Amino acid sequence: MSNEENSKEMKNLLKQAIAPIKDAELRRDLWPQMLRKLDEQSASAVNVPWFDWALAAILGAALVFFPGSIPALLYHL
Amino acid sequence: MELLERFASGELEAFEALFRQHQKEVYAWIVRIVRDTGIAEDLTVETFWRIYKSRSRFDPGGNFRAWARRIATNAALDHLRHSRRETELPEDLTSTAVADPAIRSETRERLKQAFFQLPAKYRLVATLALIEGEPYNDIAEAAGISATLVKVRVFRAVRMLRKKLHTFAAEVNAK
Repeated sequence: MSNEENSKEMKNLLKQAIAPIKDAELRRDLWPQMLRKLDEQSASAVNVPWFDWALAAILGAALVFFPGSIPALLYHL
Repeated sequence: MELLERFASGELEAFEALFRQHQKEVYAWIVRIVRDTGIAEDLTVETFWRIYKSRSRFDPGGNFRAWARRIATNAALDHLRHSRRETELPEDLTSTAVADPAIRSETRERLKQAFFQLPAKYRLVATLALIEGEPYNDIAEAAGISATLVKVRVFRAVRMLRKKLHTFAAEVNAK
């Protein structure tokens, strides 16, 4: 049997097993859902990444344990 | 300024206008691939989110519809890759004769299961080409591959399905 015939036969079998989608009509407006997604994503974009928090914590700890480094830090700022 | 230029420059109103113009078409394309209305709605939103994120890369002189369809196809393909809808074929088979209509119905069920077990990239083209009857060129454009590669994937998908059906028939005949 040729490839074309194979495909045609399988197409017929598949159409019996899995019907084509006849009603692909969107039932509701998805814009409100889209707006929610945009809000969520922009909110999470403003969030400070954990790595930045870790750096800030390390810096804070260094300043507490080595207060002598504060003038040097201020000088470099 | 044209709508597409305003969209590319990040204007939300322009994006909303494009969303409202194209959401039905994008949804209709995705639902044919994933065959679930709820998932298709979520993927439509995901598609437009990807569109919005990459707006600066869009050429306002280009074809928004084709671009959106390409992104929708990728979103649907990602879903097929990650969804665990595929189930293993059950091992137990009925011992009725092959000519029995019940077997034909079971063959259809086996074919359906085998179809949902296909690797995502084959399932994508097989769904669109064999079930939905979309032209190869349209599938190729949406998937970002050549029409020849679409044909090759359809051929391989058919071969995989035939192999599974043959295994099933052999098992039934052996009983």
